[in-house]
Amino acid sequence: MSWSPYFSLTILFVVALGFGLAPLALAQLWAKTFSPAKPNAIKNAIYECGLESKGDAWVQFRSAYYLYAIIFLIFDVEAVFLLPFAVAFTGLTAGACVAMLIFALLLLEGLAWAWAKGVLTWE
Amino acid sequence: MAIDQELKIEMGKQGVFVTTIQELYNWGRRSSVWPMQFGLACCAIEMIATTMARYDLARFGAEVFRPSPRQADLMIVAGTVTKKMAPQVVRLYNQMAEPKYVIAMGACAISGGPFKQGYNVLKGIDRYMPVDVHIPGCPPRPEALIQAFMTLQKKIDSHHLTGEGRPRYLDPDAPGEFKVPEPGEHDLEPASNQGVWPVPVVIR
Repeated sequence: MSWSPYFSLTILFVVALGFGLAPLALAQLWAKTFSPAKPNAIKNAIYECGLESKGDAWVQFRSAYYLYAIIFLIFDVEAVFLLPFAVAFTGLTAGACVAMLIFALLLLEGLAWAWAKGVLTWE
Repeated sequence: MAIDQELKIEMGKQGVFVTTIQELYNWGRRSSVWPMQFGLACCAIEMIATTMARYDLARFGAEVFRPSPRQADLMIVAGTVTKKMAPQVVRLYNQMAEPKYVIAMGACAISGGPFKQGYNVLKGIDRYMPVDVHIPGCPPRPEALIQAFMTLQKKIDSHHLTGEGRPRYLDPDAPGEFKVPEPGEHDLEPASNQGVWPVPVVIR
């Protein structure tokens, strides 16, 4: 009868399994024999430490806030483009300068429109 | 079943090591006391210093500060416990797995310390949970905390697995939960937990 050349791996596998499981079984046996279980409501709670939160976490925000987000975007995009514009300003052609001014004016126009609509006043 | 100490030493010289389950158990317990990672006030700075290279708490197997009460064995109450903080401290203690130990570090944790007269300071954490070792000092030096560790280790070493003298966590009838105090109108309610430390009544 010839053994498979991989048979020794099976033995190793069983030993490895036993090596892992034996301490767990011993610990379980130990817990059963000596240490009484002392569960309590706080210990079993999911929440761990600190103050328990009050109220609902599902807070709703007013949809009107989207206007602030959009106006913020005006300044945000403008700043991103103004910086390289300022850095390269001395080397720019007149055409590039005009293009950049048109771009800035477009954004400015949006701001002026929002201002005129009274969006910037806090209610 | 105790071993005759002299016989044990004699056998040790001959290369035979004998022990009891109790000794083995206590040895494992005392050599891996994992403290909980939380500090309340200035004593915590000394506690941190104790864990660092110069004082090296790792020598006692206690350098693994756990950020979760579920994995911690020891609560070092390091600092002033205000009445606002006390419920959280007791809550964390309740969440720690058995066996658990408490070191009250510094004058504040023991008795309120220099802030004892303050309306907002708890006059000792031992009103709410059982404390194993008290360390005086304001703050105690790292050596004092190490001394407390060694005292705790000696205490763990002297524990019996069975019988009358066994510790709280091995006694099925001993309480495992201590009431978390609630803020009341003038003080925390209850002002102290039953069966932990009898607060002496002041007669005026």
